[in-house]
Amino acid sequence: MDFLNAIIVLFNFTVIPALAYGSQLALGAIFVTLIYAVLRFANFATGDMMSFGTMFAVILTYYFQSLGFGLGVLPTALLTIPFAILMMILYMLIIDKFVFSYYRIKKSPPVQFAMVSVGVMFVTQALIRIIIGPSDRRFLDGEKFIIKATEFKEMTGLAEGITLKSTQAITIIVTLIVVSIMFWFLNRTKTGTSMRAYSDNEDLALLSGIDPKRVVLITWVIAGILATIGGVLYGLDKSYRPFVYFNNMLPIFAAAIVGGIGNPFGAFLGGYVIAFAEIFVTYAYKRFISYLLPEHLEPDSLLQLLSTDYKFAVSFSILVIVLLIRPSGIFKGKVI
Amino acid sequence: MRNYKNVIAAYSIMIFLIILVGIFQSWSIALTILNYCLISAVMTIGANIQWGYAGLINFGIMGYTALGGLAVVLVSVEPVKKAWQVGGLNILACIWIIVAIIFVVKFILNRFDKSKLRNYSVASVILGGIILLRVTAAPGIEAIESVDPARTGFLGGMGLPVLFSWIVGALLAGSLAFVIGKIALGLRADYLAIATLLIAEIIVSIIKHEEWLARGVKNVIGLKRPAPYEIDLQTSEWFINLVTKFNSSKLNLINSISDKQEALNQMVIDASSVYVKLCFTGLFLTVVIILLIVTQKALYSPWGRKMRAIRDNEEAASAMGKNIVKEHLLIFILGSAIVGLAGAMMVTNDGLFTPGSYRPMRYTFVIWVMVIVGGTGNNFGAILGGFVVWFLWVEAAPIALFLINLFTSHLPETNAMRVHLIESAPYFRFLVIGIGLLLIMRYRPQGIIPEKIIKQ
Repeated sequence: MDFLNAIIVLFNFTVIPALAYGSQLALGAIFVTLIYAVLRFANFATGDMMSFGTMFAVILTYYFQSLGFGLGVLPTALLTIPFAILMMILYMLIIDKFVFSYYRIKKSPPVQFAMVSVGVMFVTQALIRIIIGPSDRRFLDGEKFIIKATEFKEMTGLAEGITLKSTQAITIIVTLIVVSIMFWFLNRTKTGTSMRAYSDNEDLALLSGIDPKRVVLITWVIAGILATIGGVLYGLDKSYRPFVYFNNMLPIFAAAIVGGIGNPFGAFLGGYVIAFAEIFVTYAYKRFISYLLPEHLEPDSLLQLLSTDYKFAVSFSILVIVLLIRPSGIFKGKVI
Repeated sequence: MRNYKNVIAAYSIMIFLIILVGIFQSWSIALTILNYCLISAVMTIGANIQWGYAGLINFGIMGYTALGGLAVVLVSVEPVKKAWQVGGLNILACIWIIVAIIFVVKFILNRFDKSKLRNYSVASVILGGIILLRVTAAPGIEAIESVDPARTGFLGGMGLPVLFSWIVGALLAGSLAFVIGKIALGLRADYLAIATLLIAEIIVSIIKHEEWLARGVKNVIGLKRPAPYEIDLQTSEWFINLVTKFNSSKLNLINSISDKQEALNQMVIDASSVYVKLCFTGLFLTVVIILLIVTQKALYSPWGRKMRAIRDNEEAASAMGKNIVKEHLLIFILGSAIVGLAGAMMVTNDGLFTPGSYRPMRYTFVIWVMVIVGGTGNNFGAILGGFVVWFLWVEAAPIALFLINLFTSHLPETNAMRVHLIESAPYFRFLVIGIGLLLIMRYRPQGIIPEKIIKQ
């Protein structure tokens, strides 16, 4: 019984949050990696682009709520995602047309692209703050919990309970659906294959008649979908605050590089690697251990490897270690 | 002289703008802006050495700035003796443990060949070391943080003059750059940018959360300053006489004696803050001029030519027998040390150390915009970039507010659109900086004052 309790404590406080957080990171990391693979630059506006898409979802959610639309137990935000995606793609295409395409045609070095994306980051951040303001917003409605700790305890008769927030379940399910559709698209369809060909060898792809404009367009469309969904899921789970989204760019980059930048599947797993590492290293194991050990051996300290303040630092350290030992990432991405 | 025409013109416009602020807003604000412009200029000199001379992209500027600021606390604050008594031993033991870990890891790396076993043993040494560190440090840290937590709760510094901390700040930042350079310099440009950005975040989060070191997010206030204090000035005879002398014509217009005294008091208060800021301006200007002379000399020396050669064609430079790894590391350390110096200057100027305020937006990206806008590879350009961008960063909000009021003047005061725009005026600075950067990158990629190669 004690063993079961220990497992449930671990599951409740580490595995479930890590799966949800990892899914959000994974979507962002695939976004980074796609832009890197096809358009060949590190996009420093990642966090703010996700924030921009989420902003539309937030505004539309408020609008729908005022009209009385809703999905009942599910959050209204899910209904607004398609519209937010459309706006986001439009914004990305405008940015691409007026900013990035010039440098792409000139074949500028990646560093210049990165600096340009810093400019885009500033502009996007300004637009977000001017349109919606920098404050913290919650836009979750509908049922909050799927399983409550007390219900679980009653049901199973265990001393420890499992809490499953509806946002966590939605996050994991939506991520799995989106990612599997995307991998099917990249690997099975003709357009997906042409994108991969363009990413592998631009000149050869052009020679075999692939239209670069179409590839770029589709990349931005997929990027818009990933960025908006990832952003909205994060906002539903925690809350929407522009500054936090900007900061999230850093673990997302870490996830993309750890997984092997340019490799979408690597980025997907990288998100979970980063999330699990962050949570496992900063989790206090006292309660877990106290179930496993006999009573007189119970530990005094929290048994925490690092305090939760260092959550981000953990993911960055993993990145540094990966860069040192295996610069191409866990799953071979583009070689540095 | 013709070569310097646009340089002189650009700087005159900048100084004219600051004087305009002095006339329209106040001289105190103008001098604050000028001081921050000078500090930004030091940072851009540091970033420009790395990016303009050698082509290294360093997004870790925030980390070095924070480290420079930390140096001010560690050097100038009086030591907290009680904290040292209760927890000093544990902290010293921790330092020895860290040194031991580094030596053991180095020993393993040097002694054994690359293998899985070696990786695992290094990992286990580090993991065991961290656990040992936590066990040793925990009682010490708890004891230190409980010593009068409202005012101290940290180890304090060495109680030395504050100017000395500028050098220490540079040294600290330089030694950090040595470590980071060893780790990350082999990476390709955009990876280097990401890696340095993330490492800087680690540094800042350590400074933020290790309260025994510098009080963390509880901030350290009332730092020493190399300039006189306003209160002392306001009571000293010579200063009041000086103010009276300067403003005698204005004072003579006032007839009643009590009004005269009141006006004089106000003038003395205003003048004391201006005087203190002028002292800082003098100090900062000295630093900027010294750095400018040194970096200009270096740029046009054989060493500077070597750096440019490495930047423009690594393979060719390598074939000519230049040690690229070593030179990159050297310039990475030098540039970072200058940024650390700027960080120390900034904290000295503010008189307080607030680790929570170190954010990548303000301390990395804005500095980079300064370098790119000003002119990469040209020190005059980089300094000008520091001035222009900082000026825009500060003055964008008032200008935006003025423009919003102008364009919406036909709308009623309560119009929702107008109220919303006025509320969001502070965020127009991001828009101005972003659009400015994008325009410069597109139409004048070499910056306002481009790099000049003198044929020798």
